[in-house]
Amino acid sequence: MTATPLASLFMEKANAVSISVTEVASMADVFSYALHLCKEKEPYQNLLPKGVNSTTVAAKPADLGDAQKVIAAPGLAEEDLKALQKLGEKEGILVISCGLRNFVAGLDVSVTMATMGIAETATCVLDCSDEEVRLASMLCEDHVMVLPKSVLQQSSFDVEQAIEALQKKGPRFISFISGASRTADIERVLALGVHGPLQLHVLLLEA
Amino acid sequence: MQTASNLKEYRKELQEALDNEFLRTAMDKFAVAYKSNVNNVFAGLDRKAMIAEVAAAKDAAIQNQEALFAEFKANAEKNGVHVHLARTAQEANELIASIAKENNCKRIIKSKSMTAEETLLNHVLEDAGFEVVETDLGEWIIQMRHEGPTHMVMPAIHLSRHQVAELFTSVTKEQQSDDIQKLVKVARRQLRRYFAEADMGVTGANFALADSGTIGICCNEGNARLTMTLPRVHVAICGLDKLAASLNDALKVVKILPRNATGQAITSYVNMVTGANECKGNPEDKKIMHIVFLDNGRSALAKDPVCGEVLRCVRCGACANVCPVYRLVGGHQMGHIYIGAVGLILTYFFHGREKAKQLIQNCINCGACKDICAAGIDLPAIIQEIRARLNEEEGAPIESTLLGKVLANRKLFHTLLRFGRYAQKPITGNTPYLRHLPQMFMRGQEFRALPALAPKPFRDIWDEVKRNNPVQPKLRVALFAGCAQDFIYPEQLVAAAKLMQAKGAALEFPMGQSCCGLPVQMMGERKAAEDVAQMNVHAFDVAKYDYIVSMCASCSSHIKHSYPSLLKGQPSEQVAVQQMVDKMTDFSSLLHDVLGYTEDDFKKGQEAVTYHAPCHLCRGLGVTKQPRDLIAAAADYKPSAEEDVCCGFGGSYSIKFPEMSSATLKRKLDNMEASGASVLVTDCPGCVMQIRGGAEKRGSKVKVQHLAELLVSKMK
Repeated sequence: MTATPLASLFMEKANAVSISVTEVASMADVFSYALHLCKEKEPYQNLLPKGVNSTTVAAKPADLGDAQKVIAAPGLAEEDLKALQKLGEKEGILVISCGLRNFVAGLDVSVTMATMGIAETATCVLDCSDEEVRLASMLCEDHVMVLPKSVLQQSSFDVEQAIEALQKKGPRFISFISGASRTADIERVLALGVHGPLQLHVLLLEA
Repeated sequence: MQTASNLKEYRKELQEALDNEFLRTAMDKFAVAYKSNVNNVFAGLDRKAMIAEVAAAKDAAIQNQEALFAEFKANAEKNGVHVHLARTAQEANELIASIAKENNCKRIIKSKSMTAEETLLNHVLEDAGFEVVETDLGEWIIQMRHEGPTHMVMPAIHLSRHQVAELFTSVTKEQQSDDIQKLVKVARRQLRRYFAEADMGVTGANFALADSGTIGICCNEGNARLTMTLPRVHVAICGLDKLAASLNDALKVVKILPRNATGQAITSYVNMVTGANECKGNPEDKKIMHIVFLDNGRSALAKDPVCGEVLRCVRCGACANVCPVYRLVGGHQMGHIYIGAVGLILTYFFHGREKAKQLIQNCINCGACKDICAAGIDLPAIIQEIRARLNEEEGAPIESTLLGKVLANRKLFHTLLRFGRYAQKPITGNTPYLRHLPQMFMRGQEFRALPALAPKPFRDIWDEVKRNNPVQPKLRVALFAGCAQDFIYPEQLVAAAKLMQAKGAALEFPMGQSCCGLPVQMMGERKAAEDVAQMNVHAFDVAKYDYIVSMCASCSSHIKHSYPSLLKGQPSEQVAVQQMVDKMTDFSSLLHDVLGYTEDDFKKGQEAVTYHAPCHLCRGLGVTKQPRDLIAAAADYKPSAEEDVCCGFGGSYSIKFPEMSSATLKRKLDNMEASGASVLVTDCPGCVMQIRGGAEKRGSKVKVQHLAELLVSKMK
């Protein structure tokens, strides 16, 4: 692994806001990280009570078939998705890439691909114009974001032009993600996982 | 929310808040923790430059509001968004209700929006039969308690975990523990259902980018992302002041907003939404999206030469975080809907003078808000301007009109002060304090001993002081005494004069000088403030001196910062005013930087001395090093905690709100005693009056002095 100054800065800043950062060499490493994480964790908490009445989402937890747990990985390249699904099958983990509206009750792990990164604030830039990607990043308990070192920049002003170009092309939903879902609304005590992920994992990919 | 209809009722509410133990402890902890978080998160950054960049970008956008709106509208509509402009709060609420109705929505979820709080949107939607649920944890809590927010970023900061546990117990009908981590999980579970069921999501916006029709929302919880994603319909309500020319300007705001708000480098989520995005909850897989821009006075405010600057506000809430008044009573009393210093101002413009009238008086003018403001807004000056406007609109209270009339006539003012010396005789009991003020003057003032007028004012002993002027002076320095030193503490001026003369300064004391005018400006007596400023400018032959010095930080700061704007309508005064401003300096800087006092000049003793930094010196004039160096040169300097927090004096503030002044003073005295010093010095006679009076009343062993008194006693 090459320890670039930007990667070091990213890791230092991530540390301060409880983002877990791991350097990985390939997508295969990403998959084994996600599968291991999913295997070790408690199954997700079903957050929807009985009697939910919704016209836009599934009111019941989705049927996982024989699987025990679920990973959402929308936005992966097709062969990557297939590889992950195959590995998941062996572990009794369902790997999905669409239909996330059926998982509003919850899911275990999501894997998403960051398009850029900002080192000085430990930020992953996620183009989540695809609704599945947006939902995956919110409905899981553990969010794994893959950030190629090659797209890491120093500051938000270094990603400005690229973002602006996308925004001028038409409808677009872009998020800076710099931590888990957090709150300090009760007595200013920090608590993670108030609505979205309980934990953010960033995998710095050698590429 | 403000419900008090007069000052008496308002003071009663303040007292109730002061008696709330939990609130007091929570606020104290917050105030201390906030400052250290902010210092850490700005480490290595040029905060002043960041503020200047935000201010410049915001000013340009304010001036260009109309064009930016048109540009935004065109770009957003191109991407399938419906863009509306609501002239009033009522119009915005009706518009949003009609959008909900047209789209057959019944259940609405909201993420946090101060603009929706401003318009009281929830009430209108609920009255129209919609179910409305706030999804920000703090907002949800206060919604269920039927309260308004007490902080713009942490709306439920006034509540304890026990209160939240009780509330959640009643909501879930299950006993909930007061473990905060568990309570947050209860909210996670309870609120998910509303996300699933909602037909429409309402959000605010932190910025709106004209060149791409994008809105941006900063959020830690992630509820805004879900609110914008799951329901079929998304409505964003956004003040016209949130329009920005481009992403570059918005990124400047994103860089400072979370740092100032909560001491974070960035929020967990910064969401930027351009156009109507994919939504699989709709048959056409496309979001139904509306953006409602709210004017509610903003376009007119943009043209207001004095107050327009308030539209720069990025809603970080920092002006509350550092406010000594907010710290004592919290947001329900230090705001109506908008909280803190900016809340005092916005209440006047958005919610009317009835709500603002009492509130606007509750500023002690310590300048802490101006110092922290992410957009460099001169909040205290705008608060004073609004006091003046209220006086003009509704008539001034008799005591402020009277003071204005008296101050505008120096001879009358000084005659009254001299007369006061005889009148006070029966009540001093031959001490330097007023011992037995008649009840009507003393109400609420028992927390401090008030000083008596000196037997002879400084102007009457000036001839003796003048005799010690050096024969071959190196500098010519004019003294601006200010009322407190001239008539109450002339010994401070005598001490200061000795120090200056010893290093070759020839002093002058122009007899035509009077009160600097700050007290009348604070009361909103605009005309009197102008007259007094002019009187003082005329009293000084400004071109003749090298420096003009005041031992009172409030006088120096007022002259430097307010005289130019007070006298800007008078072309013939401009040269003299500018010279006065340029030559005006404070006592510590003159001694330290100009006269070159060092430890070689003092018999340094073992005495432990602590310091109180006057607001108008450390923030008003930015002088922090010089007085501390001088103390360390003459004695053993022992810093105390929160040296730069206001002592609670604030001139007429302490008369109007004695309970607030007393509570602020108490902490100052506690910190002073905890420092272990036997002397506290400060360089403002108002602070001396407050702290010495409190120490006397408490029977403290710590002696309170003006810096000049300490230094003169240690001179070699």
